[in-house]
Amino acid sequence: MLRDITLGQYYPEESVIHKMDPRVKLGGTVLYIISLFFMKNILGYMIAALFLGLVIKLSKVPFKFMVKGMKTILMLLMITVVFNLFLTQGTPIVTFFGKISITWEGLELAVFMAIRLSFLIIGSSVMTLTTTPNNLTDGMEKMLGFLKVFKVPVHEVAMMMSIALRFIPILLEETDKIMKAQIARGADFESGNLIQRAKAMVPLLVPLFISAFRRANDLAMAMEARCYRGGEGRTKMKPLIYQKNDYLAYAALVLYLIISIGIGRLTLF
Amino acid sequence: MSLVLDHVSYIYGEDTPLSMKALNDICLEIPDGQFIGIIGHTGSGKSTLVQHLNGLIKASRGHIYYNGEDIDGKEFDKKKLRSNVGLVFQYPEHQLFEIDVFSDVCFGPKNLGLPQEEVEARAKEALAQVGLSEEFFTQSPFELSGGQKRRAAIAGVLAMKPQVLILDEPTAGLDPKGRDEILNQIKKLQTETGMTILLVSHSMEDVAEYVDRIIVMNQGSVMFDDEPREVFRHYKELEEVGLAAPQVTYIMHALKEQGMLVDVDVTTIAEATEEIVKCLETLH
Repeated sequence: MLRDITLGQYYPEESVIHKMDPRVKLGGTVLYIISLFFMKNILGYMIAALFLGLVIKLSKVPFKFMVKGMKTILMLLMITVVFNLFLTQGTPIVTFFGKISITWEGLELAVFMAIRLSFLIIGSSVMTLTTTPNNLTDGMEKMLGFLKVFKVPVHEVAMMMSIALRFIPILLEETDKIMKAQIARGADFESGNLIQRAKAMVPLLVPLFISAFRRANDLAMAMEARCYRGGEGRTKMKPLIYQKNDYLAYAALVLYLIISIGIGRLTLF
Repeated sequence: MSLVLDHVSYIYGEDTPLSMKALNDICLEIPDGQFIGIIGHTGSGKSTLVQHLNGLIKASRGHIYYNGEDIDGKEFDKKKLRSNVGLVFQYPEHQLFEIDVFSDVCFGPKNLGLPQEEVEARAKEALAQVGLSEEFFTQSPFELSGGQKRRAAIAGVLAMKPQVLILDEPTAGLDPKGRDEILNQIKKLQTETGMTILLVSHSMEDVAEYVDRIIVMNQGSVMFDDEPREVFRHYKELEEVGLAAPQVTYIMHALKEQGMLVDVDVTTIAEATEEIVKCLETLH
């Protein structure tokens, strides 16, 4: 019932992108998103599309999966496009009721905004689809390590994140199980008005919270039994070390940035 | 009044890279009043199978008929089916949520839309059937012991008065005493009410003593479906799929190999004792 969520999911596959250091993927995604907002003309976006297409091809993840993630933000995308289309000042093309008008500038902005948002979502799904949550938090921990100087508990935050991510599928499964058990006892989660539906959630939420606390308690106990006491002096079983491919990827990224922003900022008209 | 499975298959996550065939072309008939054990190794598809029987999972292929009606048919009332086919999940105590035991047991019959007196009468009856006395009625279900919690949860399903009761690993995580208590209570329930009972388990030892029929599941298919003694004859094949016959079967086979003329098909310890005594008497 609850297995249809694809945004943020991992897609197991053997590819260059999957094997890449998570830091490269994280940094690359951030830089790619920034580059999208620097471009001013369609040529720049064509280069961005080409680059994204190449990465997807290399990752061996079916394109279908990327688009699935898009469905969830379709509404947001539509609203953004509509607002930009109608509320931008400039030279009008068509005017409705003598007040609201679509302008050239609005049209351009709406199209660019739609492209930016879709590329942004697809770009970040490439990262999550090719990186396991554990790898991702490892990468984040290492990249943000410098914040320790400012007394930010980077390791602890990363640990909490990876635990939270690890528990999402477990809790989803648990929800599914409890839901089924209560449906077997005649519970109805699907009909009735808002208040009735909210009330129907009680038999689901109470057992779910109890089980979440029980699991948290067990985990804390297990960690303590293994003498876990935070990040100080802790070593890693699989330390992150850059390989040849990672340096190549960085080079490709820099090349992409120079070309796309260089061309993207030219004034064509 | 019966359940019929007609070429049922089920695939988890169909059309995704993680798709997995959980059930493969299952054909079964479950007549009224039988006590059936469903045995299988972890991941053999036994839990998936029983969830089909009250419509919680829809079969990917094939049909399931309850009293001759297709349960996935458009006119079919699934809520009615769920009250007639009661399903007790694994670790059912995880579904308890009310402030006291009595209200928790009332949850099921209340959902059936019965009048309040009827709901309370049923709850009392169900709690008596599982052997929980009145002193527990006002206690919080979370304060009970493991075995008591489980019995309260089973009462929650019994209170709906199902005609078919399915129990998924009802003895998991209980100590031997708790296990025997639960199994004996289920047996008593079956003889007293004539209910059809399906007991899912991975332990032959648990079911051998109680059931009339054993269905052995392996990798999503039915491997054996027969009386216990017939199934245990295949004890070598059972071992190959990670299951085992009850210990008495092994003892009887060992005795026969030593030249004692015992019947190797006995299934319970009581029968085995009788058989061995009989054999010894004829020797002297």
